[in-house]
Amino acid sequence: MLRKIRISLAAVMLIGITWLFVDFTGLAHTWLGWMAKIQFLPAALALNLLVVVALLVITLVLGRAYCSIICPLGVMQDIFGWLGKRQKKNRYTYSPAKTWLRWGVLLVFVVLMLLGLGGIASIVAPYSAYGRIAQSLLQPLWEWGNNLCAFVAERADSYAFYSADVWVRSLPVLIIAVVSLVVLAILAWRGGRTYCNTICPVGTVLGLVSRFSLLKIHVDADKCNKCGLCARNCKASCIDFKNHKIDHSRCVDCMDCIDKCHKHALSYGVAVNRSSQSTRSSQSSQSTQNSQSSQSSPQQSRRDFLTTTALLGAVALESQAKKVDGGLAEIIDKKPYGRLTPIVPPGALSISNLHDRCTGCQLCVSECPNNVLRPSTDIMHLMQPESSFERGYCRPECTRCSEVCPAGAILPITREEKSSTQVGHAVWQKDNCIAVNTDDGCGLCARKCPAGAIEMIFTTIDGKSVIVPAVNEELCIGCGACEYYCPSRPVPAIHVEGHEVHKEV
Amino acid sequence: MNRRDFIKRLGIGAATIGAASIAGCNSKQSNIEAEKGTMPLRLNQNSGDKVSVLGFGMMRLPMKKQDGKDVFDQEQINRMVDRAIEYGVNYFDTSPVYSQGQSERVTGIALSRHPRESYYVATKLSNFSPDTQSREASIEMYHNSMKELQVDYIDYMLLHSVGSSMDDFNRRFIDNGVLDYLIAEREAGRIRNLGFSFHGQQEVFDEMMNMHDTVHWDFVQIQMNYLDWNHAHEIEEMNVNANYLYDELDKREIPVVIMEPLLGGRLSKVNSYVHSMLKAKEPERSIASWAFRFCASYPRVLTALSGMTYMEHLDDNLRTLCPFTPLTDDELTFLQEEVAAEMMKYPTIPCTACQYCMPCPYGLDIPGIFAHYNKCINDGRLPEQGDPNYKELRRAFLIGYDRSVPRLRQADHCVECCICMDHCPQNIEIPTRMHEIDDFVEQLKLNA
Repeated sequence: MLRKIRISLAAVMLIGITWLFVDFTGLAHTWLGWMAKIQFLPAALALNLLVVVALLVITLVLGRAYCSIICPLGVMQDIFGWLGKRQKKNRYTYSPAKTWLRWGVLLVFVVLMLLGLGGIASIVAPYSAYGRIAQSLLQPLWEWGNNLCAFVAERADSYAFYSADVWVRSLPVLIIAVVSLVVLAILAWRGGRTYCNTICPVGTVLGLVSRFSLLKIHVDADKCNKCGLCARNCKASCIDFKNHKIDHSRCVDCMDCIDKCHKHALSYGVAVNRSSQSTRSSQSSQSTQNSQSSQSSPQQSRRDFLTTTALLGAVALESQAKKVDGGLAEIIDKKPYGRLTPIVPPGALSISNLHDRCTGCQLCVSECPNNVLRPSTDIMHLMQPESSFERGYCRPECTRCSEVCPAGAILPITREEKSSTQVGHAVWQKDNCIAVNTDDGCGLCARKCPAGAIEMIFTTIDGKSVIVPAVNEELCIGCGACEYYCPSRPVPAIHVEGHEVHKEV
Repeated sequence: MNRRDFIKRLGIGAATIGAASIAGCNSKQSNIEAEKGTMPLRLNQNSGDKVSVLGFGMMRLPMKKQDGKDVFDQEQINRMVDRAIEYGVNYFDTSPVYSQGQSERVTGIALSRHPRESYYVATKLSNFSPDTQSREASIEMYHNSMKELQVDYIDYMLLHSVGSSMDDFNRRFIDNGVLDYLIAEREAGRIRNLGFSFHGQQEVFDEMMNMHDTVHWDFVQIQMNYLDWNHAHEIEEMNVNANYLYDELDKREIPVVIMEPLLGGRLSKVNSYVHSMLKAKEPERSIASWAFRFCASYPRVLTALSGMTYMEHLDDNLRTLCPFTPLTDDELTFLQEEVAAEMMKYPTIPCTACQYCMPCPYGLDIPGIFAHYNKCINDGRLPEQGDPNYKELRRAFLIGYDRSVPRLRQADHCVECCICMDHCPQNIEIPTRMHEIDDFVEQLKLNA
């Protein structure tokens, strides 16, 4: 019964969170946004004390139910573990806790966070690892499925579905997601919750608390005939059946052992402190907690000085010998602009705030309806979102990334606040500008600027009288409309440089 | 259930009760069927040609996908040309610039399979681009047309799209001596009829009419249909009402060739109110049939060109005209006044999807953008704030827009280079309209 409840709740959470990550319409977030916000690490980074305390209390009462129900990565591993068990029954064995490894990983994790290398640290963070897998690997499948529906809907004259762009936001993140998935699948297939009990920093922290939980699995030594079936079905490898001991720091309360035991020797209930188990104060758990959520001082990262793409000259619009009718001109894809300072979305407050809190879960990336956000490939900001405008720009009516972020890296922002938040400013370069280099005349950046920050002005360049865009940096909010619309391809003549700290215009 | 299904089912039922005689006794598509040998022919008194009142416009030809690219479906074009000739169509109109410059070649391939005397071919001197306006380049274009069409004489030669200004006309045909050259070619018999096609300003047309005494236009091609009859000028200020053009030509006994009788399909894809008005009068005829009967009802009309993309277009036109019953005066008035007035209530953009504006150097799909916008207007599905269905209409408009035009080819990318403006025969102020549509879309996006 307990197991069935666990499985049902876990299924709801996993499906919900997966939908949250694959959905691109914004619908899932309205109903299920809370599922991301109750995740331990994001909540800790967001200084969301209510959630952190609640999760700790739940763990103190129930044990590590979090790992079996709320954590999507844990549930995902259970699926692989279940498949593994189908291949070979009773495949697990008891193993002693690898305490040094658990604490070692946690220590490295915390140190990396403090050093401002949260991007690298979050490779092992459970929720964001799942997020990356879902966003990089499942969202494309979902979108292709959706696009198929849209294809059918179009022919049926229905507007129920619209097609979505499927594209790789960042190759490194895709690779990280694939590697995480493969490693986790193998580990879970062979040994159940190996990752959760050796590597996962959240698992280690919760394990510390769950030792003292009110409700625990315990073995009735009188009923136990030491058959070992429980241990061979314990995915956490934490049942030492010979000694009737269970390592509660590793037990994830999956309840599988209870159902497996023929003798009903295992039960879940109030702990009976029969042997003199350690009764250390729970101070150490709190200290770990503090170190987790403590604000690391903004580390000035070494920036990624990408040399700007070699200027390719103005797009020469070849005139045809005979002007013929029809056909479509080829449109060259824009290349991501090599910015001196990355642009982070409005609501992030500053690059360092995003940097400190972001767990790289990709929820904002998967939400972005304008194809603006993508994970950074810069080693200092690895997997954290940044904006670029080849496929769209940060539209004034959209605040979706700020609504979904569970870690407080992008804080909720209203439309009005957004329209006055300067995240960067536009920079015009004459070399590629159509208005300077052709007779076509162009003022598309000025026309499309939602802030009215670009004005077309008369000036003289190389002895030629021209009308060119002039950016008012005081009004520009860095939304990227100018960069997106600039007809100079593949290198735009106007681009946005990010600001380290956002400000109100 | 249509009649055919009805009869089929009846047939099955009948067979079971043994009355097999009923089954399959009637399998025609419609009550109106085209009859061979009934295509009306109009006499061109200048050359003695007997021209079919339906002409085949080779601009909107069938395409097919090959290796992911759109190419001409030559096989289908051949089949359509064969059927057209079989039913008496003998006038084929093309130009060196149509269909990305491929129209003449495919026309030549299709027609060369028939005896030369069984068809009249019309092509044009389309020296729009400044680098084709020299005497040599223009003459080369003319010779190239003959080569592409695989003919050694051209039945109907047109100065293509005269009307934007006299300067333009003089630059293209007078200053370089090309018109004199073509007149000499006519005398030599390599051009059997010389004329021009007209889009644009009245003073240019009047000037062209004044030249008639010296040049002698054998025919003139104008845009004529029941909407442009009285409203062309109202739709775009630069344009001239068709009734003026027709009357001027009629006065001078110049045969009239009609283009855009259907306005690029805008007179067949009509709004539902107009649809019911027309169907109420002739429930068994297509909407397009009215447009062709309108043109064919004017005696000075030599032929009305139809750009037929599908065999069904050809079949429908043949049903309309073979045999042909002219419209009564009442019906003419009904179209010119009631129907046209109703259509004028819808602020559609008068684009006929002729593609002259294309390719836009910045990649926009101009006719595609207008088509989506017009469709929403005609369907009464333009979202307006305050409308109780706003949300649903907004969604349909935006999704439909993305479906019909890729994002990077939509109106918001117009840089206002105005290159298209010189090419639009309807004189639509394309960049202005693009901005209007963009502003409209932007408002939709901002106001969910």
